[in-house]
Amino acid sequence: MIRSTIFLLLLLTLYPISCIEATASIPNILGNNLIDQTCKKTPYYDLCIQTLVSCPESFHTDLEGLAKITVGAIAHKASAALRRIETILAKKEHSKPAVREALNACASRYRAVVEQDVPETLMSLRTGNYKFASRGTNDAATEAMSCEEDFAAGESPLSDLNVAVHDVSVVAAAIVQAVIES
Amino acid sequence: MGDHNQPFLPVSGDPECAPVLGDDVVVDGALHRPQPGSTKSKLLLAVFSGIFVVCLILAGGYDKSGVVKVAQLGGVDELGVGPIEMPAGSTIVRPAVSRGKSAGVSEKANFSPEQLLGGGEVIGDGLTEDFPWNNSMLSWQRTAFHFQPEKNWMNDPNGPLFYKGWYHFFYQYNPNAAVWGDIVWGHAVSRDMIHWLHLPLAMVADQWYDVQGVWTGSATILPDGKVMMLYTGSTNESVQVQNLAYPANHDDPLLLDWVKHPGNPVLVPPPGIHHKDFRDPTTAWKTSEGKWRITIGSKVNKTGIALIYDTEDFINFELKEGFLHGVPGTGMWECVDFYPVAVAGGNGLDTSVNGAGVRHVVKASLDDDRHDYYAIGTYDEEAGKWYPDNPAIDVGIGIRYDYGIFYASKTFFDQSKQRRVLWGWIGEWDSEAADVRKGWASLQGMPRTVVLDTKTGSNLLQWPVVESESLRLRSKEFKNVVAKPGAVVPIKLEAATQLDIVAEFELDKEAVERAVESDEEFKCSSSKGAAHRGALGPFGLLVLSEETLSEQTPVYFYVVKGKNATLRTYFCADQSRSSLANDVNKQIYGSYVPVLTGEKFAVRMLVDHSIIESFAQGGRSVITSRVYPTKAIYGAARLFLFNNGTEAGVTASLKVWQMNSAFIRPFPNL
Repeated sequence: MIRSTIFLLLLLTLYPISCIEATASIPNILGNNLIDQTCKKTPYYDLCIQTLVSCPESFHTDLEGLAKITVGAIAHKASAALRRIETILAKKEHSKPAVREALNACASRYRAVVEQDVPETLMSLRTGNYKFASRGTNDAATEAMSCEEDFAAGESPLSDLNVAVHDVSVVAAAIVQAVIES
Repeated sequence: MGDHNQPFLPVSGDPECAPVLGDDVVVDGALHRPQPGSTKSKLLLAVFSGIFVVCLILAGGYDKSGVVKVAQLGGVDELGVGPIEMPAGSTIVRPAVSRGKSAGVSEKANFSPEQLLGGGEVIGDGLTEDFPWNNSMLSWQRTAFHFQPEKNWMNDPNGPLFYKGWYHFFYQYNPNAAVWGDIVWGHAVSRDMIHWLHLPLAMVADQWYDVQGVWTGSATILPDGKVMMLYTGSTNESVQVQNLAYPANHDDPLLLDWVKHPGNPVLVPPPGIHHKDFRDPTTAWKTSEGKWRITIGSKVNKTGIALIYDTEDFINFELKEGFLHGVPGTGMWECVDFYPVAVAGGNGLDTSVNGAGVRHVVKASLDDDRHDYYAIGTYDEEAGKWYPDNPAIDVGIGIRYDYGIFYASKTFFDQSKQRRVLWGWIGEWDSEAADVRKGWASLQGMPRTVVLDTKTGSNLLQWPVVESESLRLRSKEFKNVVAKPGAVVPIKLEAATQLDIVAEFELDKEAVERAVESDEEFKCSSSKGAAHRGALGPFGLLVLSEETLSEQTPVYFYVVKGKNATLRTYFCADQSRSSLANDVNKQIYGSYVPVLTGEKFAVRMLVDHSIIESFAQGGRSVITSRVYPTKAIYGAARLFLFNNGTEAGVTASLKVWQMNSAFIRPFPNL
């Protein structure tokens, strides 16, 4: 808990003081029970805090809103993965065939995340048929992990993004489960 | 807020955050308001990748430490597919995922790739060269005799009924993609619940009260033969309401066209019920006052409940005080079902039947853990209440219809054959990317008859409808095949992907008597699957297996001899080695199953490509599995008998039929 508090303070010092006044005072942020309580229900507390705190809307929304914010983070990171895949594939001379094949497989995985999982999850949250949000966020985690496993050891050029998508998807899935059980 | 010039802090309205919060933003509007001819997700991709600011660059890295335990989903015995458990603190090079572990078992950070694939077995070098999925593997997955539309996504069964000589089946359908969304009602008919013919969509999302989804509903056939269909709509403001629809032409046996009642919705969420906790109206049954009564699932805080409404015309409803029943801690009750069963077994009963010799079943699909639960009890008609026979196994905390993948199930009374028939949605256990590639997702289970188990009196029996036997082609019998401890015995068949298997097993009596009493507390999901050796098991069949067993799906019994030499039997399916692919379910699941004195261990299995349905002890415990082998497909699939117990031999007798296709296709000349 103390470490998390220090982490939050460090995070906030990245922003100019006037920005902090514009959104919320420090005591309000630390006392924002919903974000803290919600992130405690996820397996990656610090990532959860970081994802939510970086979006000011999270301080003024409910549990469903927090879920949507993390889904936005999934979409953001998955899109970044797609862009990096395109960049690497464009440099035709550098990749081994096995790596290119894995990159293509990853591209279809991340397209599924952005084009299927994310819309399904948002629609599910909006209409209240929440199990499909659970399905979408869990699948995003699966796609990211499977992408990493598509490569032989040490050959993945996407490891950081795969882990990022996986982890934020697991956080999102945990928040969705909290929504279902609320 | 908002007006300040804040160079580093994302302000309200920043593209990164806004699109997923607003309900009125372009992204959502283009995608999630089903309109005729609406375009799909290319727009979303463009929006997301085009305008995002990398806000999180500021945040830098983060610290992961400690071991991760993802909250596990509930259920009496076993878990279904849930959040993937991840070891925290692992290095980035090979983030690990294991789907073979069970609830509450924490992952260690250090482990080898070989252990990742579940079951602790080494398969080659732990990696696969054969996936990613190729078209041959994917097209094999399509079933031959289970209901599925020609393409795209399906979920809940809706409004099943028998009408003017045809079995009708409706279902939640996405006409645009292999993922849930844009939901409308698909429709098909059959003479025998096996050979289905696809019809045009029955209802689409063309009214404000169902524009965000034409969701699940049920049919009631009135005494004069007319059909009333009540269904849930998700309105333009995401409120869940109940609507009435009926056939445009009651003389049309195909019930092609449906009319939505002009006065819809006929029910809106009552006070105290959240507008997103009000869905899936049931078939109506008659009260002693001559009115019709329905129930709708909901929740109050964390108590799952079934609301009751009475009506005389399916248009005006009266909310009855209190609930039919509720169970604390079970959360939202979806797809509630309520029906009578005869104490004497035998035929099914019309939903309105009540009186002596009758018990009533309440069933709910639990949103919290995505499983279907039922309980048997007493219906007090006057009070509008139902009480479980055994509160310890009440709805949501007791027995499940199925210990595999099976949800949103619904029964109907088939008046032509006097039986109660159960439909269940069978989802996918593979990745969305694979679903997109193969162009479809989800099946319906083989319809099952449901009766009370007269021998135990405390559970139902489910069995494939008798018409399933019309698919049987050539058979082969294997009598008294012996499998000693540790044996794997090939069952030689001409093919092994479309099968109906009826098998009986006996344990060596002397070995059973000799076996030492064990205090083992066994659960399928926390065991090592078929590799979990005990004195008296596991033993059963290896389905959809490859010659060298690189891929295998064991479905088996595990017997524990407890105090006073009583035997306790468990029935499990083990997917830890069902596929070399890395993106499919690898869990082990099942339940305790009563085996009465004098009974052999008995199982019937329907194997139909990527679905296996296993019925133990005449349907006392049922497990549905979705399996996606990469090698054990087409002519390479095999069936084996196995006995991995350490002390007792097993003698098995089986009859195996090759199963025909059901030739499910569009209705001709429509």
